[in-house]
Amino acid sequence: MLLIYCPHCGEHRDEEEFHSKGQAHIARPLDPDNCTDKEWGEYLFFRKNPRGLHHELWIHATGCRKFFNVTRDTVSYEIKEVYKIGERPSVVATAS
Amino acid sequence: MQHYSGFGLLKHALHYHEDWQRVWRNPTPKKKYDVIIIGAGGHGLATAYYLAKEHGITNVAVLEKGHLGGGNIARNTTIVRSNYLWDESAALYEHSMKLWEGLSQDLNYNVMFSQRGVYHTCHTLGDMRSNERLVAANRLQGIDNEMVDAEQLQKEIPSLDCSKGARYPIMGASVQRRAGNARHDAVAWGYARAADALGVDLIQNCEVIDMEISEGKITGVKTKQYGVLKADRVGCVVAGNSGVLAKMAGFELPVESHPLQALVSEPIKPFLDTVVMSNHVHGYMSQSDKGDLVIGAGIDGWVGYGQRGSYGIIEHTIQAIVEMFPCTSRVRMNRQWGGIVDACPDASPIISDTPVKNLFFNCGWGTGGFKGTPGSGNLFAHTLAHGKPHPIAEPFSMYRFHTGALIDEHGAAGVAH
Ligand SMILES: Cc1cc2nc3c(=O)[nH]c(=O)nc-3n(C[C@H](O)[C@H](O)[C@H](O)COP(=O)(O)OP(=O)(O)OC[C@H]3O[C@@H](n4cnc5c(N)ncnc54)[C@H](O)[C@@H]3O)c2cc1C
Ligand SMILES: [Zn+2]
Repeated sequence: MLLIYCPHCGEHRDEEEFHSKGQAHIARPLDPDNCTDKEWGEYLFFRKNPRGLHHELWIHATGCRKFFNVTRDTVSYEIKEVYKIGERPSVVATAS
Repeated sequence: MQHYSGFGLLKHALHYHEDWQRVWRNPTPKKKYDVIIIGAGGHGLATAYYLAKEHGITNVAVLEKGHLGGGNIARNTTIVRSNYLWDESAALYEHSMKLWEGLSQDLNYNVMFSQRGVYHTCHTLGDMRSNERLVAANRLQGIDNEMVDAEQLQKEIPSLDCSKGARYPIMGASVQRRAGNARHDAVAWGYARAADALGVDLIQNCEVIDMEISEGKITGVKTKQYGVLKADRVGCVVAGNSGVLAKMAGFELPVESHPLQALVSEPIKPFLDTVVMSNHVHGYMSQSDKGDLVIGAGIDGWVGYGQRGSYGIIEHTIQAIVEMFPCTSRVRMNRQWGGIVDACPDASPIISDTPVKNLFFNCGWGTGGFKGTPGSGNLFAHTLAHGKPHPIAEPFSMYRFHTGALIDEHGAAGVAH
C-alpha cells in the first residue's frame, strides 16, 4: 500500500484517495494539425514503462482533486519525491 | 520421449516410480540458432513447440531468466474462454479454444482442461445490453455464448445470490458453456516436454541483457550467463518485461506493466462447479479440484514490476465475492500473490514485427493471456517461421496504434482475466 504525500494538502494520505494517471511530462504536440498518424499514435499510446525510476502523474481524487507529479521506483515501489505540475524532477535515472 | 499412459503409471508403480525418464534435458546453449525465443512462459514454450511441430524448425532455443513456467503462467487464475466482441479477437481466441480442446492428447500431457462454463453476471441494464450484444456478435462469429435470466441462473448456481435483496441485484448473465479452466503449470510443463522432445533447447537461468543489432537488423542476443548467442530470428515473449526488452532494442511499446493480484482460500468441500465473473461488482471466482476458491479482480493502477500490489485491491475483490456469494463470508484466505501483466491501451495483444528487422514481439496479453496460450504460440510460430504474420495475427500488429485500427476489447475483457 502506498502512502502518498500530497503537495497541495501538505499531508501524507492513503493510496486509496489517489489515482495514478501514468507517465508524466508527455508534451502535447504543438502543431496538432500537422502531426502524422505515427506522431499522434506515439503521443497517445507509446510509453516508457521503465523498470526503475518512473516520473508519473497522480491526482488526489477524493481529496483536493489537484494533480501533481511523483518519482517512484517501479520495482521497490518507493516514492523518491513529490513535485508540483510545472516543476522538474530532481531524482533522475543515470543513463544506462 | 517416454509416452504417458494409464498403463505406464501401473508399470512404474511396480518399480516404486523410481525410473521415470527426466521430463526435459538441461542443455548448454549452442552458439547459433535459427530462432531464439526469449521467455519460457506459456506463450514462449508454445511458440517453440509449434515451430518444431508445424514448421519443422527445431534448431531453436528458449531462453529463460529464471526457471521455466515461473512467470505469469504460474500465477494466473486459469480462465479460458473465447467470447470476445470483435471479429479479429473472436478469430484469435477461438483459434486458441480449438487447440485447447485437443491439447492434452496433442501434448500427451494432462493439462486438465475442464469446460465447466464461464458466466458473466449482469447487474444493470447497461450490463444486460452489452452482454446481449456480445452474445449476438459471438453467434454471428459461430462462437457459443448465451443469455440466462436470474431465475435460471439461480438454478444453475445455487450458491450465487440472485435475490432481489442483493446490493446490486443480478438481472441475468451470459454464459459460454465451452469455456472453463485448465491447470496452468501443466500447460507450461506439457509444452516444454513436447518441445524438448522435438529438439528444442530449453535454457533456464539465462537472462537476456542486451540485443545484438547491426544496421537495423538483429543478429543475436547477449545473455548474462552465456555471452552472445546468435540467431537468424528472435521472438520476444516476456509478458510483463516487454518494455525492458523493447528498450534494449531501442524502441517503445504501447504497453504498460501493472501488478495483477489473485488469492486462494483454504480448501473447502466442492460447492462451485463453474466460473463466475462480474464486471460490475468486479470480481471473479472458481473452485479448484483441490477445493480452494480461486479469486481475482483488477490490476493496480500504477506501473509496477514488483510482483506484488496494494492491499486495497484485495479488499475490494473480497467485497465483490462476498456480495455475490454471501456463503463464503467466513472462508479464510490462504495465499495471495501478484504477477506483472503487460497491458495494451485497447486490451488486445500484440503479435508483431518491430522497427528492428528479424525481431518480433508477442506481448500485451495483459490480464487475459492464459486462454490465448495455444493460439498465441501457434500463430507466433508462423510469424517466426515465415517472417510475416499469419492472417489471424495480422490485425494485432503494434502499428495499429499508428493507423488507429484499434481492437477495443475493454468491454469483453472487463474484470481482469
Ligand atoms: C494474477 C493473475 C491472474 C490471471 N488470470 C488469468 C486468467 O484467468 N485467464 C487468462 O487468460 N489470463 C490470466 N492472466 C494473464 C496470463 O497469466 C498472462 O497473460 C500470460 O501468462 C502471459 O504469457 P506467458 O505465460 O508467456 O508469461 P510468463 O509466464 O510471465 O512468461 C514470460 C517469461 O519471460 C521471462 N523473462 C522476462 N525477461 C526476461 C529476460 N530478460 N531474459 C529471459 N527471460 C525473461 C520471465 O522470467 C517469464 O518466465 C492472469 C495473470 C495474473 C498475473
Ligand atoms: Zn491533496
